Amino acid sequence: MENIKLTIDNKEIEVAAGTTILKAARLHNIEIPTLCYFDLKGMDITNKPGSCRICTVEIEGRKNLAPACITECMPGMIVRTNNIRVLNARRSVLELLLSDHPTDCLICPKSGNCELQALAVRFGIRELPYQGEKSSHKRDKSPAILRDMDKCVMCRRCEMMCNKFQTVGALSAVNRGFNAVVAPAFEDSLSQTACTFCGQCVAVCPVGALSEVNHTASVIRAINDPKKTVVVQTAPAVRVAIGEEFRMKPGTIATGQMSAALRRLGFDYVFDTDWSADLTIMEEGTELLGRLNKYLAGDKEVKMPLLTSCCPAWVKFFEHQFPDLKDIPSTAKSPQQMFGAIAKNYFAQKIGVKREDLIVVSVMPCLAKKYELSRDEFKTDNNPDVDFSITTRELAALIKQANIDFSSLPEEDFDSPLGESTGAGVIFGTTGGVIEAAVRTAYEIHTGKPCPSIDFTELRGLEGIRSATIDFDGLPINIGIAHGLSNARKLLEEIREGKSQFHAIEIMACPGGCINGGGQPLNHGDSRIIQARWEAIYKADKDKPIRKSHENKSVQQLYKEFLGEPCGEKAHHLLHTHYFKRKTEFEVDLDK
Amino acid sequence: MPVKIKMKQDHIDKIKEICKKFNNDGGELINVLHQTQHFIGYLPAEAQELIASELNVSVAHVYGVVSFYSFFTMTPKGEYPISVCMGTACYVRGAERVLDEFKRLLNINVGETTADGKFSLTALRCIGACGLAPVITIGEKVYGRLAPDDVKGIIEEYK
Amino acid sequence: MDVNKKQLRIALRNCGFIDPENIDQYIVRDGYMALANVLMQNNPQAAIEVVKKSGLRGRGGGGFPTGLKWELASKNPSDQKYMICNADEGDPGAFMDRSILEGDPHSVIEAMAIGGFCIGATKGLIYIRAEYPLAIKRLEIAIAQAREYGFLGQKILGSDFDFDLELRYGAGAFVCGEETALIHSMEGMRGEPTFKPPFPAQEGYLKKPSNVNNVETFANIPVIFNKGWEWFSSIGTEKSKGTKVFALAGQINNVGLIEVPMGITLREVIFEIGGGIKGGKQFKAVQTGGPSGGCLTEAFLDTPIDYDNLIAAGSMMGSGGMIVMDETSCMPAVARFYLDFTVEESCGKCTPCRIGNKRLCEILDKIIEGKGTMDDLTILKNLSQVIKDTALCGLGQTSPNPILSTIDHFWDEYVAHVTNKKCPAGQCKSMKQYIIDAEQCIGCTACARACPVGAIKGEKKNPHSINQDLCIKCGACYEKCKFNAISII
Repeated sequence: MENIKLTIDNKEIEVAAGTTILKAARLHNIEIPTLCYFDLKGMDITNKPGSCRICTVEIEGRKNLAPACITECMPGMIVRTNNIRVLNARRSVLELLLSDHPTDCLICPKSGNCELQALAVRFGIRELPYQGEKSSHKRDKSPAILRDMDKCVMCRRCEMMCNKFQTVGALSAVNRGFNAVVAPAFEDSLSQTACTFCGQCVAVCPVGALSEVNHTASVIRAINDPKKTVVVQTAPAVRVAIGEEFRMKPGTIATGQMSAALRRLGFDYVFDTDWSADLTIMEEGTELLGRLNKYLAGDKEVKMPLLTSCCPAWVKFFEHQFPDLKDIPSTAKSPQQMFGAIAKNYFAQKIGVKREDLIVVSVMPCLAKKYELSRDEFKTDNNPDVDFSITTRELAALIKQANIDFSSLPEEDFDSPLGESTGAGVIFGTTGGVIEAAVRTAYEIHTGKPCPSIDFTELRGLEGIRSATIDFDGLPINIGIAHGLSNARKLLEEIREGKSQFHAIEIMACPGGCINGGGQPLNHGDSRIIQARWEAIYKADKDKPIRKSHENKSVQQLYKEFLGEPCGEKAHHLLHTHYFKRKTEFEVDLDK
Repeated sequence: MPVKIKMKQDHIDKIKEICKKFNNDGGELINVLHQTQHFIGYLPAEAQELIASELNVSVAHVYGVVSFYSFFTMTPKGEYPISVCMGTACYVRGAERVLDEFKRLLNINVGETTADGKFSLTALRCIGACGLAPVITIGEKVYGRLAPDDVKGIIEEYK
Repeated sequence: MDVNKKQLRIALRNCGFIDPENIDQYIVRDGYMALANVLMQNNPQAAIEVVKKSGLRGRGGGGFPTGLKWELASKNPSDQKYMICNADEGDPGAFMDRSILEGDPHSVIEAMAIGGFCIGATKGLIYIRAEYPLAIKRLEIAIAQAREYGFLGQKILGSDFDFDLELRYGAGAFVCGEETALIHSMEGMRGEPTFKPPFPAQEGYLKKPSNVNNVETFANIPVIFNKGWEWFSSIGTEKSKGTKVFALAGQINNVGLIEVPMGITLREVIFEIGGGIKGGKQFKAVQTGGPSGGCLTEAFLDTPIDYDNLIAAGSMMGSGGMIVMDETSCMPAVARFYLDFTVEESCGKCTPCRIGNKRLCEILDKIIEGKGTMDDLTILKNLSQVIKDTALCGLGQTSPNPILSTIDHFWDEYVAHVTNKKCPAGQCKSMKQYIIDAEQCIGCTACARACPVGAIKGEKKNPHSINQDLCIKCGACYEKCKFNAISII
């Protein structure tokens, strides 16, 4: 594309046609402030309503100021980003936003990470010229997400995520004018909607309007209770992101420090969800081969393709939106829930602790995990298999509270037996990883031969929908991968129409998979962070001596000692689940 | 465990018929809402749920639209809906005092319906009868050149 | 005085003269002749040229040249385009579009077909207020008749041109007068405006090139073709051609719709056509442009009315509301009335309009309640300017105009409210004081008995007095006193 020349703040610059003033300015180190603008490059996630008016700039010859985020550069344009008119307008707009905000930063979950707070600091706001009515909305607490819409700045990022990227449609802008806010239908609680609790609304919210339901106080209480034995499991994606909370470079693998920190926090056993990820592969891989063999044998009853079921947001999505397909996903529980089931039914016995005295805490990059553990089918006598789930962010906060100097901790290992894992378990943390782990195992079991290469790079990448055909020694297996529920929807519609060519599909709700889950350190629109975590996941895999789930000694031992065969009766009872139709139904009210 | 919503048979049938008339096209949402409100008198939450389901759009979207436009209402109107014009001409000629008198005598606010369901009160944008300012309508009937003192008598007509 | 003398009816040429439900009566008055001629000549570019040369500008408020708008839409190739009529008239105090649709629906239908031919659209949509049932009914009848006569439908009048119309209903949102908001509303969404570009001519209804004009603009089109652009452009001022319909209202003797040539002065409209101020009171201000416009004073009475002069004077043409106010109108209260409207009608998308207008309204409340300070006036001015500078759409960008124009022209009145706590117009209740003149009061006790809050005390047959701390300024005493002993200061 041709280049155009323009002037920004007296500097002549040249940019490609179609470049916005904001991007052009950033290319030349002019940092125009923004608020509603959000652009996760390479992920197809953009929010540019041009509505907050913080990025406003002056263009010579134009009557009004213009939003830099959506105004394209034109040849000969003369732009001023910092004259008095612009600065006064920006400041006034910011004062307006703050005048309709609780300004209770001291006790706000986003404090220190809030984009509005950062703007207030940058503009040195000390007092507000306006006193007036403030928005007042009911606080809404669902199993995973806390909504405090008095803090909403109407950037609409959450609405974009929920509708465009996830196609969940739990949120919409409602009302108008001063009363406008983003909310579920009828301003009900999120619990009453088709919300999947993916938490991407929380991940993009620039302020404290959306945050996770915090479980840290419950965790501290459990650790401090001498009657309780508290075990912790950590999801694969946590280790490649938690360092960011301690000023480490994005992509730092901090597994060892994390184990050490958890031990110092007082957890009795520090285990690893990677271990149960390996267990998941044993079950899901076996299920896949079982279905595949029946299908190849011409069984018309068998449902293809097999869909992975590790992601609780994805599970809730199909329960609401595709209830007719609820028999297609694998019945294998997610690694979090497999871990919980084994911890409470096997490990508790093994160490001689009563089920109700064993507390299982998970550290997850995810908000939907908080919801998942609350599902009734994961409870025995009302005692959940997993008691609490905290996010990467919450764990970091706990570590900071406990004066633990994370970066100088020695690297420590996980405890045994639920702590040993393979490289296949680690890659569960990113899109394509679950299916690659499954292929590594299924290939060897099906063909009886070792994989020609452990790295199935054709399954890797960050594009929203990917596909690859893996040659199972003469048998071509078609694999589909989607992350982002809008992408999942496309593959599901193909299945519904009978057009799907896939034998297995992996789906994760979050863009990039768990590495960019709703519970991870905030990326603030910088997709390089996601890329760095993604690379770290595969590096962690490469660094592992064992990289195939079926070679996990500890998992093998569990089958020998306790479970029997993969997909056997006991495994089925403890490690598999079932799904529910959640679509709204209408029936005639005979009383009226 | 799907969420079950109970509705009257004729409401279900009529809403489905309306949606079908517009090819179950989400782009026709506003037309569908108009006709549904015309039929039921207002837009209860259940009706919005059914419309969302029929048009294959999210119910949050439907509610987002319903709550945006002042013509749509989620509260049933009274038997005699009173609308007070608050256009400029009426305002200049004292519409606000007329409205206050209705509020006082009926003991309801704008947007509300009396407990007996008889009267509801709305404030309208200009209804284009500026020559008669200030103007109110009750149902189809228009009352013009009103003063607060006239309000009591008007209410009496409907009691 | 003859109210018709200074008027010239172009857009309203048929209103009241024909039966709007009878297409034959429209045809008798040259109806559909323009469409027939345009189709016969079969040269869209030439037809656009006629509209361009006529100098017709958008009558919905913005004043964008209609011919140029058509040309832009015609130049974007597409398999489908849309000709859209904005009939969501929402300015308080304006009802010209409704009158045209009720009185002469065929003129709009004919113009839309001509416009459709010019830009290459085969579909037309009329976005009309649901609160206009009669206009809807008459449009439906007119569309059916036009189809029957072959003015709508396939191969119109034997040409290769297909065009048909559908109605879409507004649902009560003033902001839907803004064309991008209107388009979103027609698509079944919230009527929120979006940033332009892309303009509707590039990406409009269903992402297809679209052209939006308002009712009055369309009503001018057939005449321009029938009588020629030379004739049309001979009427009006240099940059504003033709006529404008106004809804004359307020404290004036003759209220109602008028149509006057551009360039007429406000004085002619108010004192000749309007018959002057009611009750012989003093003229104070005239408000044009609805919530986007401003209040003009005596000093502007001899300014010729056209788009540019009104903007230069701090107001705007708007869709044609014209409210005349006499000496009893309080200007901060008038500004507050319009701001209240904007706050009510703001879509809530951009910060300046969503929060800023609310704050403007609150500051005006403070001033009217006698609690304002000079600092408030400074804030009011600055915030008004910022909202004008930064709001996303036309509604927000013009919403402070009622404040800015009254501050400009009636600064002293604002100052009186905040420094002397006095409302010069005597309208602001909180600043009124009822006092009893002891000389006049004979102590009849009528006032004390009428006072709902017991603020009036005094012995029988002795002068009474009002406790100002208790007084709620309802005026009951004032009305009861038969001896002119109570006055308002």
